Amino acid sequence: MGRAADSGRVRAYRRSMRDISRLPTSPRFWRSPVRGRRFTSVLGLVLLVGVTVLFVTGLLSYAAYNPGLAPVNDKTPDKGLLGFYLFSWPTDPHWLYRLTQGVHVTLGITLIPVLLAKLWSVVPRLFALPPVRSVVHGLERVSLLLLVGGGLFEFVTGVLNVQLDYLFPGSFYPLHFYGAWVFFAAFLVHAALKTPIALRNLRAMKDGEEADGQGELTAPDPAPPTFSRRGALWFVGGGSALLFATTAGRSFDGLRHTALLAPHGGAEPGSGPNGFQINKTAAHAGIRAADTDAEAWRLTVTGRTGTVRLRRGDLEQLALHSAELPIACVEGWSTSDQRWRGVRLRDLAQLVGHDDGDPPDLHVESLQRQGAFRHAALSSRQVADPRSLLALYVNGARLSPDHGYPARIIVPAAPGVLNTKWVARLTFGRL
Amino acid sequence: MRSISDSRIGLPRIPLGSRFQLLLLACSFALAAYAGVRLLADDWFGVVLWIVGAALLHDLVLLPLYAAADRALLAAAGAAGRRERAGYMRVPAALSLLLLVVWFPLISGMTADRYRSATGMSADGFLPRWLLITAVLFGGSALLLAVSVLRQRRAAKRRPPAVH
Repeated sequence: MGRAADSGRVRAYRRSMRDISRLPTSPRFWRSPVRGRRFTSVLGLVLLVGVTVLFVTGLLSYAAYNPGLAPVNDKTPDKGLLGFYLFSWPTDPHWLYRLTQGVHVTLGITLIPVLLAKLWSVVPRLFALPPVRSVVHGLERVSLLLLVGGGLFEFVTGVLNVQLDYLFPGSFYPLHFYGAWVFFAAFLVHAALKTPIALRNLRAMKDGEEADGQGELTAPDPAPPTFSRRGALWFVGGGSALLFATTAGRSFDGLRHTALLAPHGGAEPGSGPNGFQINKTAAHAGIRAADTDAEAWRLTVTGRTGTVRLRRGDLEQLALHSAELPIACVEGWSTSDQRWRGVRLRDLAQLVGHDDGDPPDLHVESLQRQGAFRHAALSSRQVADPRSLLALYVNGARLSPDHGYPARIIVPAAPGVLNTKWVARLTFGRL
Repeated sequence: MRSISDSRIGLPRIPLGSRFQLLLLACSFALAAYAGVRLLADDWFGVVLWIVGAALLHDLVLLPLYAAADRALLAAAGAAGRRERAGYMRVPAALSLLLLVVWFPLISGMTADRYRSATGMSADGFLPRWLLITAVLFGGSALLLAVSVLRQRRAAKRRPPAVH
């Protein structure tokens, strides 16, 4: 073969290589010098811990509703085996739900930059050829669709729900709960396959080895760097820090003004004893002043010995007790402890014949005509707690309409929606 | 690693891969399917659209979009001979965009009515606060740039001129 023919072939080859490198299927298409095993490993390990915490706190939130107690508390009644872990939600410590759900939502928001950076760091893999190297590799790619799609689905539905933007196709509770299981199924297998690799990479990093040299994720033809890899990690961490700093304050009354962009951040809705955060206002819930005035409103209490009907004035004559408890919402925000004053739920149970020391469960109904939580069930464990009140006052003042006047439930460690406002009927007994 | 090695069939041979990984994946798919039938019970099309759509939209639209924007920014900075200073622009821009994407429903005001009705608070503050944070991010970045330029100049003055 002649030399001329050879060099022609080489030129053609080079030209075709240039064309190929314009396609994302070519490793040369990806030029960022930041990509590499180490960058992906660090982000992956952060997500390994973070997503596990998100999953566990999410499962705890479902348990906090006591879904096994009554159908009204259970938004995913066809859960089957996925509810295997459910337990009776405790009332101690009284800030338990405030903590678990605050961590769930605030951590989720904080992890968004890490998730985005992780997806960015591995995107060349999406286009790598051949698309399927083995049966197992093909199945792993299907699993990755569930991992990426499911993960994004969980983050997006969560972020939309806390902003009251119900765009998603259905009710939030089943979508986010079952979606979490689909995502976590893919997450588990991904973690099992990749964690050993990530740990090995980090160990190599610690020993000062150049672990990236031959890695699949490393750009073979990198662009001149504008960022060191360490700088890129700082950048991702900075994004997380910024989201955290503008979100976390909404779990504390004193720091709320620092939560500049998060819902229920910024200023309090009002001032004075009733000025703290409101989940749903009276107007939003369709509560009319005529329904709650002294003439119209009666509390109906039913139990073993029958039914009694009480005015607010009658309730004020019963033994009143105080409890310092927060409001903690599934949306992740919470208030600091408020000083509630009212009648103990167990005293009301006694009033209708439950006086043998065996506390009953309780079904609570609100004046609200619609809304998923216009009624709720409380467990005997919650009823028995001396801090569980039918509150009439808060912080020394009469409850405002937005906080549930004439009377509302307040139970330690329970999710906000179980603290029913504008209570109309209490039914004690086995549920 | 074993492979399906019956070459008499004449199909391209796709190796099976690790049996252990196959087992892991089977367990994972079983769990995902168990939850998945419940997830898809109400509006299967909508949910599939959201999950597959989220992955495709992110990988094939959002990521290329921000990567292209970043390349354009770098190219513009490179053309001005200031490639090493592009970070002073892209860091505050990226952080500001991140906040906008995460809190878009509140910042854009698309849920303002529901937010006001439910919480008793106005949603009008979110847009000005985002703009303010954006201004602080860019302002801080400009300040850092100014400090770095000043330092470079001072260092250049102290050093004797380089011989080319």
